[in-house]
Amino acid sequence: MLSRRIIPCLDVRDGKVVKGVRFRDHVVMGEIVELALRYRDEGADELVFYDITASPEGRSVDRGWVERVARAIDIPFCVAGGIRSVDEARAVLHAGADKISVNSPALERPALIDELAAAFGVQCVVVGIDSLRDGDGEWRVRQYTGDPAKTQALARRTLDWLVEAQQRGAGEIVLNCMGSDGVRRGYDLAQLEVARALCRVPLVASGGAGAPAHFRDAFVDADVDGALAASVFHSGAIAIPELKRYLRDQGVAVRVS
Amino acid sequence: MAVVLVDAGGTNIGSVRYALQRLGVDAALTSDAATIRAADKVILPGVGAAGPGMARLRGMGLVGLLRSLTQPVLGVCLGMQLLCTRSEEGDTECLGLISAPVQRFTEAPGLRVPHMGWNRLATVRPHPLLAGLGEDEQAYFVHSFAVPTGDWTLATADYGGPFSAVVARGNFHGMQFHPERSAAVGAKLLKNFLAL
Repeated sequence: MLSRRIIPCLDVRDGKVVKGVRFRDHVVMGEIVELALRYRDEGADELVFYDITASPEGRSVDRGWVERVARAIDIPFCVAGGIRSVDEARAVLHAGADKISVNSPALERPALIDELAAAFGVQCVVVGIDSLRDGDGEWRVRQYTGDPAKTQALARRTLDWLVEAQQRGAGEIVLNCMGSDGVRRGYDLAQLEVARALCRVPLVASGGAGAPAHFRDAFVDADVDGALAASVFHSGAIAIPELKRYLRDQGVAVRVS
Repeated sequence: MAVVLVDAGGTNIGSVRYALQRLGVDAALTSDAATIRAADKVILPGVGAAGPGMARLRGMGLVGLLRSLTQPVLGVCLGMQLLCTRSEEGDTECLGLISAPVQRFTEAPGLRVPHMGWNRLATVRPHPLLAGLGEDEQAYFVHSFAVPTGDWTLATADYGGPFSAVVARGNFHGMQFHPERSAAVGAKLLKNFLAL
């Protein structure tokens, strides 16, 4: 039986892991390889690294640390941040990343998803979606969220984009619910449940984890395949071994090492 | 001991190489027939689609060579599928070293494709490749096509039914998951291969 995945997310800025609240006010959390190894030892199932400033600054991800991480750890990891072309993706994958995640550049040019899937197979291609509920009750996509000054609200509905991304070749969707991000009151179950119904590929919840029960709710109620979190892991508020034992006791299939 | 990684163009070559380095083995990445023939162990990694994978092996003139190898050979992920007879992915004729088909997972409610994540390995036939593998050990899978169970199966995983997670026939072996990304379990199985 396939295990549900616990995925610490490491936001990378200028070669360090940082974390902000509601995507703002970033503080340095630590060194990349050091944190990657710590999470590997604690039993993280996968890691995601977001170079959060790459996309707003119009540059690609720094491949030096990708290779350092690939040499050090023996669990899968995904890299995101300003990947705009097949060549840039290839460089990141050849540096040792298992998957690449595209977000803002795929919104700029949706055919990027088709090109990446054709070049590497859908299993390498993750589409990240930053989503926020607007005043009219619709969830819509946000772009360039790594820099608050550059963040743009798009007319594109989150659920439309989720369907289109899959049709184009996304092998996994990470849905980051910005309204719940960084405030630790739980994942946006309402949005995730609707997304799940439309998502035929693996779906990863992001934004809002604050307690072990929030992970259980995302797995059991919203049926997501993975749950991503950052600050609760970085701060030590939730320890992964205990989280996994709790989930196992709750009947959730997890990998307990 | 000379271990070579066949440069089949897959994107996981770096990761497999690093995993071997963590075990103290420096594997050469090569497409040179003489180097491959002379190696003690041959690893065929691979990520991507079967058609381009076979096309690349043909383009490098390695199909006949790979079929003639007598030392232990390990195919990883797509590399394992390329050892089989034929893949439904692009209706591709593969190397035919393990007489098994490669079939697409059928999507079903709760059964997402690709099969992505950690899944439990269940031993069905004891083999030195599986030495020390415990009851509840998991490995990391990412794939949309799989090899059904058959007399080639050493271990299975379950995703809407059992499929082959580890296969062997003679000196040819395959792992559908990524040992290079399967933490201590993967390291143990790679070590077992190096000890064959």
